[in-house]
Amino acid sequence: MTRSAHVAVIGGGVNGCSIAYNLAKQGCTDVVVFEKSYLCSGSTGRCGAGVRCQWGTEMNCRLAFESIKMFETLNEELGYDYDIEFKQKGYLILAYTEKEWEQFKLNVRLQNSLGIPSRLVTPEEARGIVPGLCTEGMLGATYCKKDGHCNPHHTTWAYARAAERLGVRVKTGVEVKDIMVRNGRVRKVVTSEGAYNVEVVVNAAGPWAKPIGAMVGLDIPVYTERHQILVTEPCAPVQDPMVISFSKHFYCQQTPHGSFVMGYGDPTEVKGYDIGHSWQFLERMVQVVTPVLPVLKELRLVRQWSGLYTISPDCQPILGGTPKVEGFFMAVGFSGHGFMLAPVVGRLVAEQIMGRPTSLDISMLDLERFDRGELILEPSVV
Amino acid sequence: MDEDRVIICRCEEVTLKRVRELLDKGLHTMDEIKRISRCGMGPCQGKTCRPLLAQEIANYLGIDVGSVALPTFRPPTKPVKLGVIARGDECD
Ligand SMILES: Cc1cc2nc3c(=O)[nH]c(=O)nc-3n(C[C@H](O)[C@H](O)[C@H](O)COP(=O)(O)OP(=O)(O)OC[C@H]3O[C@@H](n4cnc5c(N)ncnc54)[C@H](O)[C@@H]3O)c2cc1C
Repeated sequence: MTRSAHVAVIGGGVNGCSIAYNLAKQGCTDVVVFEKSYLCSGSTGRCGAGVRCQWGTEMNCRLAFESIKMFETLNEELGYDYDIEFKQKGYLILAYTEKEWEQFKLNVRLQNSLGIPSRLVTPEEARGIVPGLCTEGMLGATYCKKDGHCNPHHTTWAYARAAERLGVRVKTGVEVKDIMVRNGRVRKVVTSEGAYNVEVVVNAAGPWAKPIGAMVGLDIPVYTERHQILVTEPCAPVQDPMVISFSKHFYCQQTPHGSFVMGYGDPTEVKGYDIGHSWQFLERMVQVVTPVLPVLKELRLVRQWSGLYTISPDCQPILGGTPKVEGFFMAVGFSGHGFMLAPVVGRLVAEQIMGRPTSLDISMLDLERFDRGELILEPSVV
Repeated sequence: MDEDRVIICRCEEVTLKRVRELLDKGLHTMDEIKRISRCGMGPCQGKTCRPLLAQEIANYLGIDVGSVALPTFRPPTKPVKLGVIARGDECD
């Protein structure tokens, strides 16, 4: 017997789970989430989990600022028995080049015009915010106290459990093998545990977004790239904000658990699905970060790992449906910032699926923007 | 046995009670339990708790411990100070 669901969500990462929860909250509970492995096994469970509204495009500022407001009350909203560990101790973004500093001045002006309380700080002020910060070569920094980071495992699980309480079926260990389209509409998904008749399919497959697109004949212009990251032993709280530099390609935060989590975006990293770890990363990471944050030298490395960025031509997500295949929706191509956007993305994509006006205009994030040549280029990424 | 006083993961102080609670909530793999409870994420890299957790899952599901999937092993084997890695070749 073929089973059915109104909506099939492909992917049990933070975005798939957030979309499923928001659909149910908006009244569509006949939803099934397919996750081929376990929840968070994709990019979400491997990410740096930074959450910031200090962006360089109006679109990202608006989306991230809204998401942050949602993170602030997410434990209560989702009725979570544990804690998603949202720590709002700011982001300190360091400027080392004139070009960067000029861009940061523009960014802060844009952010302030949207109500984001970011500001430019001098190297001395930066040292006041992060004691022990070495400011050599630094021209200045920007700081926003609303920014921070959050536990991606707890966040995803909280969404999944809240969705299940509203009636959503979350199926882990079930892989989507194919999607059937008839007369330009999605009709059926074929999974490792049989077929489901569906009206709507949501591609929230993270690094596997492209193969899922191919199942309905779409060429989604994204590619995957390994990013590596490490964690130290815990120590007493010494660093409040996330410290990040685009020109040095690193970010570094101290989690509520006391450990430091840091990543380095190697500009020469190869494309593909490799998520192995390299000794070169470790060396490079440590050589870049310890001169800036010398306290780290005394801490022991506990583990390194890696995950995939799924990158679109303008480093912005592709959200919503497409006239090419009716009933097929996407939330893919998040590059390095798909965790922080998940609360607002879940709400907006659910609104699109329900055929309602969206609470923020995201029509320009559609797949067709690449055909139109209307890219939204974000200058501030690691 | 007082489940609240039996420690499965010493590094992260995860109790048997916590593990059983997560099993009851539907987390049935080592990867899932590790990510929610931190069991096995500490400096010893799960040397002690890995077999204990695997056994606990096997008992709960009524399966053979050999068929419980183990999480990926990631370096380092021993915790090293970042300052030592920064200096490259030296040891302390
Ligand atoms: C090292 C690193 C650091 C990062 N740092 C940050 C950060 O600081 N802040 C931030 O906001 N973002 C960060 N990111 C990016 C962030 O991790 C991703 O953008 C985000 O997690 C994407 O979530 P997702 O739910 O869309 O995809 P994923 O979490 O990848 O989930 C997709 C899921 O789909 C499943 N799937 C795929 N194909 C199928 C199929 N055929 N059938 C069933 N299931 C399938 C996969 O198993 C996977 O679990 C970072 C990423 C990395 C790698």
